[in-house]
Amino acid sequence: MRFHRSIPLLRLIPDDTKFDFMRFRRISFPLSAIASIAAIVLFFSHGLNFGIDFVGGTLLEVQSKSEAADLAKMRATLGGLGLGEVQLQQFGTPRDVLIRVSQQPGGEKAQQAALAKIKEALGDEVTYRQEAVVGPRISTELLAYSAIGLMTAIFGILVYLWFRFEWQFALGAMVANVHDLVLTIGFMSLFQIDFDLASIAALLTILGYSLNDTVVIYDRIRELLRRYKRMPIPELLNQSINSTMTRSVNTHVTVTLALLAMYFFGGHAIHSFTATMLFGVVLVGTYTSVFIAAPLLIYFGVGSFRSATAEDEPEPQSAAPRKA
Amino acid sequence: MLYISRWKAFAIVMTTLIVCMFAVPNLLSQSTVQSWPKWAQRHVVLGLDLQGGSHLLLEVDTGVIKKQKVEQLRDEVRKILREAKVGLVQAAVVRGETVEVRIRESDLQQGLTKLRELSQPLGGLLSATGQRSVEINNVGGGLVRLNWTEPAIIERVRQAIDQSIQIVTRRVDDLGTVEPVIQRQGIDRILIQVPGLGDPQRLIDLIGKTAKLDFRMVDQTMTAEQALASRPPPESEVLYGTAREGRTPYLIEKRVVVSGEDLVDAQPAFDQRTNEPVVSMRFNASGARRWAQATTENVGRPFAIILDNEVISAPVIREPIIGGQSQISGSFTVQSANDLAILLRAGALPAPLTVIEQRVVGAGLGQDSIEKGTSAAYFGALLVAIYMLAAYGIFGVFAVVAVAFNVAMIFGVLSLLNATLTLPGIIGIVLTIGIAVDSNVLIYERIREEIRTGRSAISAIDAGFTRALATIMDSNITTFIAAAVLFFIGTGPVKGFAVTFGIGIITTVFTAFTLTRLMVSYWVRWSRPQRLAVT
Repeated sequence: MRFHRSIPLLRLIPDDTKFDFMRFRRISFPLSAIASIAAIVLFFSHGLNFGIDFVGGTLLEVQSKSEAADLAKMRATLGGLGLGEVQLQQFGTPRDVLIRVSQQPGGEKAQQAALAKIKEALGDEVTYRQEAVVGPRISTELLAYSAIGLMTAIFGILVYLWFRFEWQFALGAMVANVHDLVLTIGFMSLFQIDFDLASIAALLTILGYSLNDTVVIYDRIRELLRRYKRMPIPELLNQSINSTMTRSVNTHVTVTLALLAMYFFGGHAIHSFTATMLFGVVLVGTYTSVFIAAPLLIYFGVGSFRSATAEDEPEPQSAAPRKA
Repeated sequence: MLYISRWKAFAIVMTTLIVCMFAVPNLLSQSTVQSWPKWAQRHVVLGLDLQGGSHLLLEVDTGVIKKQKVEQLRDEVRKILREAKVGLVQAAVVRGETVEVRIRESDLQQGLTKLRELSQPLGGLLSATGQRSVEINNVGGGLVRLNWTEPAIIERVRQAIDQSIQIVTRRVDDLGTVEPVIQRQGIDRILIQVPGLGDPQRLIDLIGKTAKLDFRMVDQTMTAEQALASRPPPESEVLYGTAREGRTPYLIEKRVVVSGEDLVDAQPAFDQRTNEPVVSMRFNASGARRWAQATTENVGRPFAIILDNEVISAPVIREPIIGGQSQISGSFTVQSANDLAILLRAGALPAPLTVIEQRVVGAGLGQDSIEKGTSAAYFGALLVAIYMLAAYGIFGVFAVVAVAFNVAMIFGVLSLLNATLTLPGIIGIVLTIGIAVDSNVLIYERIREEIRTGRSAISAIDAGFTRALATIMDSNITTFIAAAVLFFIGTGPVKGFAVTFGIGIITTVFTAFTLTRLMVSYWVRWSRPQRLAVT
């Protein structure tokens, strides 16, 4: 029964860490600033690899009926159709090819005509696994909705945090949010990952996760603020992060495991989605909560309300039995 | 916190089991479930990306509707002014989106009073705003401009979409497709989803036709070539034959003898003499009467059958057609005769529809996605379970059990809502597994912390739960806000992600507050730990 009586078996992080996270802000803030600027520069220089959801056009996923698709031949066939730029890309097995044709001038009907032309040219040599045509009107709308959606999400979360915590927390979380989004978009620009509706889903999920993490730490900070009236803020923040460290690590390991399983076994249809999530959730989200969202509170003057009641004696460190 | 009364425990277990039960129909075959009551049959619908099929988004051509509306307004203005015998300087004409009429100064007041009758208060929800249908502008010098107000146009577009949905539904149903979804989207759009349809071209062709059918007489006062060279008589116009026929021009009278609205039925058939595919039709009483009269008066003259401004055929009337039966021949194939019959039966669209988005997934890709999605989900779940057992021992077992029920509950809720499961939806479930354990981690870590401050096992567990649940609430609500936003902006597969992710958050909070607590509470009662070891 000894086994049953002990919780931990595997510990990646020792208990009672006393790591000084706050000192790291002298490194993490400039680092994040540089990374953010780099991401913005990338966004403007390389741009995003917008999928047809946002720029319109035609996308086909075809499978060659022979052993391997003859890309050169297909390129020649499709290039001669006068449809402008035609992108072909091996996709998964050597038989699978992804064909992308940019939006045709001439409104909604021209897009349909382009699809018909392509299918006529390729004929029976391939099977069509997927086809999508997005007209100019829809693509413009989708882009606008997505942008509005991201803003709404950030705003909604801001308002919620403002009600639940102090305004400093809401502001800190929002800065952290924007930081996460900027870096993830930079990552997508750097690797030219398809930016489509699924990417918006990925971005919003990253937002949610990163906040989840931030909120757990903030929650602890709030608790300690109430308990220790005189502890200097940097020390208090440090203790908050250190005491939630094991939880952060365990949670991120499990989420990473789930994401890795999807990355390796989920097929190439969701590769870019999971890759973005891995970057956003695992790398950026965690780092942000610890090194950006928490230290920011120092600058926003969190805990200033405590000074009014400073005559209160700090509670003893060892936990006196509280109301259970 | 730890003590859970007997009836509460019962309620928790029952709720969990009932929600899980709703997932059961998904595991059984369709035929087994069929005999069950309707409410128990609810199941998860596979999205088009998983079962293959076609997704089309159509938009009604509002330009055409505006044009029809403004022409209608012009006719009404002419009629009302004529009946009131108002003196005109210039008859009503259409200029862009407005109707212009020049009334003699002496009759202006009377004319304006009459014209105001045209402007109806708008019904429905808009009536409270005092909006009227027509805006009348007295420019001065007898010139009056009239145009439809914006709400009147929107109202008309709405009606046109309602009509179109009915007609499109009839057309799609006649194709013999399984469970098509046809619904309005926004003001001027129609969404059509047809599972299992791998090549939507025929569907698009069927939907893309307005199918406005007219029977009119051919004008023989001059040949079509003469009319093209000079100018057709005012009562006639030049129309062309179908591409199959080589686009022969015809001079056709503008007056419509019988139109598609008078049709009762249309069926594909074979001509008895030539054995060629034809479409045979039956008119209603008034159509039959007009058709009988026209054919009696015009024996020996050709008439034209016109579909969407294209002359399908122009046969000569050999004898009066009395019975209201008629047939169209026009070098059809069996399929095209069949398609035309479908179109005629369903009726004409009030305005053309344009495809603005089209997504098709083949059945093979859908199957692949299901297989890959499920294997990824199993692997993810397995890895997470192993880690949790390694990290938390017996408490890990509780976490794994809670997560298993959590996933079963997600499927239960999805079934209850008859929600659609998409590939991103599967990702949403796997991610839920990832965060569902987070709630357990939060609780357990909190318990460990409390133990290290020197509390007894039971007191630590109690305090751990109390503190951690507040945090779980806050962190999940923020994530839920993101999921909710995604649900409202997302379409298709992405919406599927938002649904499973959102439901997953709710079930996660539920299991953390109830199931995990219940298990730990019973374990504590059973093993009565004095101290929990913390290494």
